[in-house]
Amino acid sequence: MTTPKEPWRQRDALTDLYYMEARARLLDVAAFLDRVDRAPGTDDHRLRSLRAALSFLNDGKADRTRRILESWSDPSVAPADSADTKGATGAWPKL
Amino acid sequence: MRYIEPHAHMVSRTTDDYTAMVTAGCVAVCEPAFWAGFDRCSVDGFRDYFRQLTEIEPRRAARYGLPHFSWLCINPKESEDLGLAEDVLSIIPEFLDKPNVLGIGEIGLNKNSRNEVKIFERHVQIAVEHDRLILVHTPHLEDKLKGTKLILDILRNAGVRPGRTLIDHVEEHTVRHVLDAGHWAGITLYPESKATPARAIDMVEQYAAERLWLNSACDWGHSDPLAVPKTALEMRRRGHSATAIDALIYGNPLRFLSQYSGFKVADHVGGSV
Repeated sequence: MTTPKEPWRQRDALTDLYYMEARARLLDVAAFLDRVDRAPGTDDHRLRSLRAALSFLNDGKADRTRRILESWSDPSVAPADSADTKGATGAWPKL
Repeated sequence: MRYIEPHAHMVSRTTDDYTAMVTAGCVAVCEPAFWAGFDRCSVDGFRDYFRQLTEIEPRRAARYGLPHFSWLCINPKESEDLGLAEDVLSIIPEFLDKPNVLGIGEIGLNKNSRNEVKIFERHVQIAVEHDRLILVHTPHLEDKLKGTKLILDILRNAGVRPGRTLIDHVEEHTVRHVLDAGHWAGITLYPESKATPARAIDMVEQYAAERLWLNSACDWGHSDPLAVPKTALEMRRRGHSATAIDALIYGNPLRFLSQYSGFKVADHVGGSV
């Protein structure tokens, strides 16, 4: 089994290093949601999955990135009958 | 700084990229066979591509003093046509003895279909029969987790030695599955999909860094051939030692790839990060 290591640096040092970048990206997400909310139409599976993932950000639990990626993943187990497309959309279309 | 770029599609990059990579400290580049952006219509198209990977591109890289290695396969995106895929599989052994061929790759799954599974299993069979290294592509985005689990099952059932297989494009939801199965794992640094430098370093800090490598997987899409050295700089910003950085971007790929006796790095290697 892989064993997680100790946290690499102190919280204040990591905050100094990454806070402004995280702040900018969070504002970009907020602006994106404002932008699509101003536009007519309805959410597709990508927007639904993005909105649902926001709840992970402030739930106080660890491994947010892993849990978000899992929530966007195809949960089925068996191989698909065929590949009807080559691309992926970023979130399981049946979400 | 010195580093090995273990996954780059150089046939789709310019000579300026070779200059930039060597200037940044690249001492060897490895190129898996991949999808050309369109489905090739005949086995002859693949024969020409395999010549490009084993003869033409190594000569182009050599002009920059950069050893070039390749992996051979038909990409899972072209595996739905089982007839064509079998024809391509039949010519791969013709090229396996070329001196720059590391093994079979990047094989794997794309949409996790039954035909993709069949052709993946056939590739694995060829690798086992010829005792060659394996490089595995895991699917994109929402297909990655399911595909990774399928791939691990297939490799286990085929009796593949995990230490001779690298499973690429891992992210936070797949890295532990791969490492716990005993395989090597590759983290791909992409501007949007896959991992950013910061997330890649998070994984390195949390998991078994001795079986991880970083790669740019630069191709004709949105990608950066200098992603590995840029991530090394990001590690410096976090306070990682020169020794740790060198181990990750040079030592680790060197250990895995040296399982192929013909692997070598540029002889101008010297110093450290």
